Amino acid sequence: MKNLQSEIKNLQLKMSCRQGYGDEILALAKKNKKIIVLSADLMDSLRVAEFKKKFPNKFLEMGVSEANMISVAAGLALEGFVPFTSSFAVFTPNQAVSQIRVSVAYNKANVKIVGSHAGVSIGADGATHQALEDIAIMRAIPGVTIFAPADYWQTRRAVRAAAKMNGPVYIRFGRGDIEQITNEKTPFKIGEAQILKKGKSGTIIAHGESVHRALLAVAELAKEKLDFGVVNLPTIKPLDEKTILNLARKTKRFVIAEDHQLTGGLGSAVAEFLAEKYAIPMEFVAIRDKFGESGEAEKLVKKYHIDTEDIVEAGKRVMGRKR
Amino acid sequence: MSIKIKQLENVARNLRHDTTEMLYRAGSGHWGGSLGMADIFAALFFGGIIYYPWKKNQWNRRDRFILSCGHICPIFYATLDRLGFFGDKKAILRKLGSPLQGHPSHIHIEAVETSTGPLGQGVGVAVGKALALKMQKKKQRVFCVTSDGEHEEGSTWEAISSAAKFKLDNLIFILDRNHLQIGGSTEEVANLGNLAERYRFLGWDVFQTNGHIMPEILDTFRKVKRANGRPKLVIAETTMGKGVSFVENDYRYHGRAPNEEEYKKAVTELRK
Repeated sequence: MKNLQSEIKNLQLKMSCRQGYGDEILALAKKNKKIIVLSADLMDSLRVAEFKKKFPNKFLEMGVSEANMISVAAGLALEGFVPFTSSFAVFTPNQAVSQIRVSVAYNKANVKIVGSHAGVSIGADGATHQALEDIAIMRAIPGVTIFAPADYWQTRRAVRAAAKMNGPVYIRFGRGDIEQITNEKTPFKIGEAQILKKGKSGTIIAHGESVHRALLAVAELAKEKLDFGVVNLPTIKPLDEKTILNLARKTKRFVIAEDHQLTGGLGSAVAEFLAEKYAIPMEFVAIRDKFGESGEAEKLVKKYHIDTEDIVEAGKRVMGRKR
Repeated sequence: MSIKIKQLENVARNLRHDTTEMLYRAGSGHWGGSLGMADIFAALFFGGIIYYPWKKNQWNRRDRFILSCGHICPIFYATLDRLGFFGDKKAILRKLGSPLQGHPSHIHIEAVETSTGPLGQGVGVAVGKALALKMQKKKQRVFCVTSDGEHEEGSTWEAISSAAKFKLDNLIFILDRNHLQIGGSTEEVANLGNLAERYRFLGWDVFQTNGHIMPEILDTFRKVKRANGRPKLVIAETTMGKGVSFVENDYRYHGRAPNEEEYKKAVTELRK
């Protein structure tokens, strides 16, 4: 009985980011008449079926045509609406990059692009559906704000912030029900890092589902008398340069963990910045120029070396390096 | 012939002249397609088809105009200039600091509703704008000029399908059907099929006109009905390079500007 209760409690704790999107957009639309939700035939996966029910006139089913969904969203935004496009990250941005670049970003159109099912950890669908380069693509397009929230509540806050600000936003998250790091009251500011734990040996920076693994890794490292801090970076762009520079100066060593290619991801962003300002030893826990494959999430995370133990190993490695 | 028709033909001649001069000065750009659409642009903007009050306080009431095949922007710039958009300022096409970008840029010119260049995007933005106007119960229309080559892009057909799905009878596409693209004839380069039939099949009303006979152009646009739940297509059969004999129907002039000799010859022809 006691076991069952704790099981239930655990189940309740795990929630998905996409549910956060669905719940928040519904809440926002009650107040903000300008919000429109577009879907490329992934209404259920993106958890916006409820939105369609409540706001049928604010919901546009675009069919399996992501490129057109983005262009149409740009048109709506240029006429004053706040459109949220809903699809998998492998389709938006990946299947509509030119539309995002010209019709959205170059126009400075107020479009919010929501890309779910990102990362190798979506599991069973395999390599075609595991977006591992979406952040790299979006980072390279000028003027796009990028959020990669770590859990349900942070997704809600990111969606809220996206609706409030003017300009193109990309919101990226995975598929699964995951552990909760934040809660309703956790502050969220665009471009601001969330320091979860301070440490003296070094700092682990992560986004998305990797934040939880970073926390687990810190506990492991503590067993070896290594005192690492953990920073959750829900805004990939603009980068919280101030916090990163401060932590670089104070802790001298970084490990950056993410479910994304090393090329162009958060690690890359931090390295680009620090290489110019204050170079320190860094280790990266990311996908190393590979496509994923089908499998269970936990096994994939292990196989592609972005698991807790990989962060622990990276922590140990970085300790052996000096600035 | 009525005075109005004569005036519009004069406008078209002026637009061809301005376009040729603009391109000659720039040293690069798309001449052929720009010349081919001069009569249509004259009819749309000076013949009372598009409502275009460019004075600030009335700007919101304008019909929206999108040039989805952005590369023929010289004809659009010439039109805006003749409408008085740029005042006394004579900007130079394609030069550093000029609002007249090589392809139309929304952030440089307010009248450019959306930046275009990569084909198959402006058409989708036009659908979005038409949807937005409908949702706000506004009665303005969206006019979108598209090229035949643009119909080789898959996303163009996504836009066409969605416009009919959302019953956008406030949306009018004008198809510049000159049968030529940068690499040759549209029939050789690709496989467009019967464009009118393809549109009809997807739920559009289709109209056809010769793109150079002014009374026919005006008549065709008058026939385009408004509230019937169907988006509209006007296919304008045009001759690329129309008005300058040696440019006409020569696809090699799709993507280049006149040199000095060509410029002088062209201007002489256009003054006749």
